[in-house]
Amino acid sequence: MIIEHLGLTRINGSLVVLDGIRGAAYNEMAELRLDNGTSRTGRVVQIDGERVVIQVFEGTKGISLVNTRTRMSGRPMTLGLSPEIVGRVFDGLGRPSDGLGEVFPLVRRDINGLPINPVSRIYPRNYINTGISSIDCLTTLIRGQKLPIFSGSGMKHNELAVQIVRQASISDGDNFAVVFAAMGVKNDVADYFRRSFERSNVMNKVVMFLNRANDPIIERIMTPKVALTAAEYLAFDLDYNVLVILTDMTSYAEALREFSSSKGEIPGRKGFPGYLYSDFASIYERAGIIEGKKGSVTQIPILTMPNDDITNPVPDLTGYITEGQIVLDRTLDTTGVYPPVSILPSLSRLMKDGIGAGYTREDHSMLANQLFSAYARVQEARSLAGVIGEDELSDADKLLLKFGAEFEARFITQGPNENRSIEQTLDLGWRLLSMLPREQLDRVDDKTIEKYYKKF
Amino acid sequence: MTENYRIFGVNGPVVTVLGRTALSMNEMVFVGEKRLLAEVIRVDPDRAVIQVYEETGGLRPGEPVEPTGAPMSITLGPGLLGGIFDGVANPLKAIADENGAFIPAGVHVESLGGEAWDVTMKIAAGDEVLPGQVFAECAETGAITHKSMIPPDVRGRVVSAKPDGSYTVADALAVVEDAKGGRHEIRLAQRWPIKNPRPVARRLSLTKPLITGQRVVDTFFPIAKGGAAAIPGGFGTGKTMMQHQLAKWCDADIIIYIGCGERGNEMTDALSEFRKLIDPKSGKPLMDRTVLIANTSNMPVAAREASIYTGITMAEYYRDMGYNVAMMADSTSRWAEAMREISGRLEEMPADEGFPAYLPSRLSEFYERAGYTENLNGTEGSVSVIGAVSPQGADFSEPVTQNTKRFTRCFWALDKSLAYARHYPAINWNDSYSEYTGELSRWYAEEVGEDFIACRNELMTILAEENSLMEIVKLIGSDVLPDDQKLTIETARVIRVGFLQQNAFHKDDTFVEPVKQLKMMRVILYLHHKCRDIIARQIPISEIIKKGLFDKLVQIKYDVPNDRLELFDGYYQLIDTALSGLN
Repeated sequence: MIIEHLGLTRINGSLVVLDGIRGAAYNEMAELRLDNGTSRTGRVVQIDGERVVIQVFEGTKGISLVNTRTRMSGRPMTLGLSPEIVGRVFDGLGRPSDGLGEVFPLVRRDINGLPINPVSRIYPRNYINTGISSIDCLTTLIRGQKLPIFSGSGMKHNELAVQIVRQASISDGDNFAVVFAAMGVKNDVADYFRRSFERSNVMNKVVMFLNRANDPIIERIMTPKVALTAAEYLAFDLDYNVLVILTDMTSYAEALREFSSSKGEIPGRKGFPGYLYSDFASIYERAGIIEGKKGSVTQIPILTMPNDDITNPVPDLTGYITEGQIVLDRTLDTTGVYPPVSILPSLSRLMKDGIGAGYTREDHSMLANQLFSAYARVQEARSLAGVIGEDELSDADKLLLKFGAEFEARFITQGPNENRSIEQTLDLGWRLLSMLPREQLDRVDDKTIEKYYKKF
Repeated sequence: MTENYRIFGVNGPVVTVLGRTALSMNEMVFVGEKRLLAEVIRVDPDRAVIQVYEETGGLRPGEPVEPTGAPMSITLGPGLLGGIFDGVANPLKAIADENGAFIPAGVHVESLGGEAWDVTMKIAAGDEVLPGQVFAECAETGAITHKSMIPPDVRGRVVSAKPDGSYTVADALAVVEDAKGGRHEIRLAQRWPIKNPRPVARRLSLTKPLITGQRVVDTFFPIAKGGAAAIPGGFGTGKTMMQHQLAKWCDADIIIYIGCGERGNEMTDALSEFRKLIDPKSGKPLMDRTVLIANTSNMPVAAREASIYTGITMAEYYRDMGYNVAMMADSTSRWAEAMREISGRLEEMPADEGFPAYLPSRLSEFYERAGYTENLNGTEGSVSVIGAVSPQGADFSEPVTQNTKRFTRCFWALDKSLAYARHYPAINWNDSYSEYTGELSRWYAEEVGEDFIACRNELMTILAEENSLMEIVKLIGSDVLPDDQKLTIETARVIRVGFLQQNAFHKDDTFVEPVKQLKMMRVILYLHHKCRDIIARQIPISEIIKKGLFDKLVQIKYDVPNDRLELFDGYYQLIDTALSGLN
């Protein structure tokens, strides 16, 4: 027997309160039917005896205390999955939105997922060749990693993400799939991704979950969970190497903040809820490789730093969970450098074990270290030049400035369709380092210098 | 049979039970049909509040809450070493064997398995035994002998004792009768409440350093055995890397490594690497002396707090056997945030940045469980605690960093700009400090060399001078400095690049004995003094730099293998010969 509860006790933002509900389960789904025939979905977020608080995904606009009948489903939110989802487009809650009809589900999975047992994980070691020098050489992407792009409004993070997808798919071949989750992105951005995937012939390998900027905000909170449930299914049931793109995590965090404040929770920094870290972790930790399974989930979350501030809670907490970050730089972007990767704050934590002999090349680690250290000195020389003028610099510092300019123009800069092999990238690095005197290269041992210095 | 209660409300990890209950504070309870592990955290006249250590999705009001009558406890005994556990001491390996790659809610497995140990008994019927006395021994791993002790609350006469043989942790090995006639069965394993410190005879003063093989730590900011240190740093500054290095190389007998709210892949990395790496002292895999506790960031929040206490309780247990234990907690900020989250759900009045007002007292209670002690059984042991702190926005003025600073005496501040330049370990020598230096100076003088502390202080002075000179250099460039100041900058570069920077991936440089550290300091200072004399004779420093000696010294860490320390003599000759032409 299905029980419908008539009316509501209170409405507060996206939350509705119902009294007299027996036996509601925490986190279960509910359906709210309005008198005008439409219905909305919600989730139980708090229980006090017979009083239940439900979060309505589509918002509470038009809901009154008397025009609603609520039906409890008794189940947490699940997503129906089958191999057919590949190539399809869904809304932010996982309902088909491409007009191609319902997906016939073979399995249903709880979208909240379960934590992966650290014992069953395989430590990621195989690098993904993205064909982009600044990433391959300096912040190497590893299969099973979560490596976010920290960007700002107006910078070319979308172009970069598309280029990564296109060029990574080439090296991965058949077993490659992309799960694309958009949270609060503009319509034309969502379109840009779709067109780019079509143009590079990967659309038949993409599953899209779109919550656009004008879609309900609370729905956004579920979108990454839905997308990752699909990704885990593709990776661990169907053996795909899945690349998950989540954009924009800042919109996601803002939706969470809105939800939290309407619930009357005590806010932490910048008004974000105190559990933002745990919530982010429940998303980002759903990446990796599992023992005995062929597939993998690699995540590239994109977030725009409000006011380009890396200490904002969104990039800050993300950086504490993810395995590194690719930071884009406004100055590089405005001077026309593409991709505008700011290499000093960028980092790949898994790189240390995925590069070197047997993976990329034996000199990779030392070369990368030396480039980092030389470029850090370039920055010092630049700030000195800003004070005393370039003419007053010592010859060594002038050489550094020249190296810095060349490095940005030839190494970091590359065409949006340019796919460099790892050898090309490393050789290019050595060619640039050869501009500097040999004794300044203190991160490289003599044997490697002998082999590569001034050899290209 | 105690009475069961019923769930009234659910809000995230917090569950309430209505009415006046017999539940006691910090009592362990099981919640719901799935029997989720939970702890009572508040008792009011009309309700009790319970925090659940597992995912609460699916709980309904009316489901049972089952009291256990005991505080949150774990089982201590042979079989812990080499294992990986979750925050409440469930063995993750056994969970994976039973449930596959994902961890479902409501799974409980005994921390210690049913394997049999070859036990040598140390007591016989008729003996008088005291609390903490070792009554049996077995080889827990290739490297460590497990000494099973009489529980701290038992003393009396042994009524019966089993002979040597093969037993499991469940077997009763002896019966002890106390003065009141009460009988206690003694087993290899014992239960202990994780929030109560295990008793000791007395605390001793800290006089020995925990040697880590990391130059910036051992030489500049040493930590004592039994001390507590904090490693604060923004993301990407190398906290975890540093913790891993310490866990691998420090000279403790036992390592307890807690991944508290951190990445799953990091725990997997630690697990596989510690199995592979061989401990230079015992010749056995490092995992033989290590217990890993993993509460990754996506595991339930409440268990994060428990993981810290579980870890320190295990550490104290091995300390009681007379071992030196080092415990790494990565990261204590996640624990503090878990407290904040639970506190927020209880609608407590927040203090600084939303953290509860009891944050400082919880931190101090925890760090005070570190110490060098005389144990109940007369042995000496120590627990050293190294806690990583992840300040939001890398801002060291936030409450967790500030309060941790108050209760630890060693502060290794990780620096973003050093990390950006890939200077690892990125410990900033201007912001860090160790209050243990004074207490340990005697040990360094006796065990390493009379001049150790003097050399260290001189290196620090040179770096401090460089720091103030850099202010000028940033404004007008280094060309205008007089030669003696240029020398300071040049020597400081050697100290920074050649001494403080240490390569964790280089077979020799990853761990360096204090003797080699001293020898490196001596050579650097020898060159510095020589050059100072030469410059005093108005010979330009450019002449000296041309000789390439400074770059030669930078490479010492790679060029002198750890087992060929006699090679240092060659450097003095090299310096003398090269500089003799300048007179």
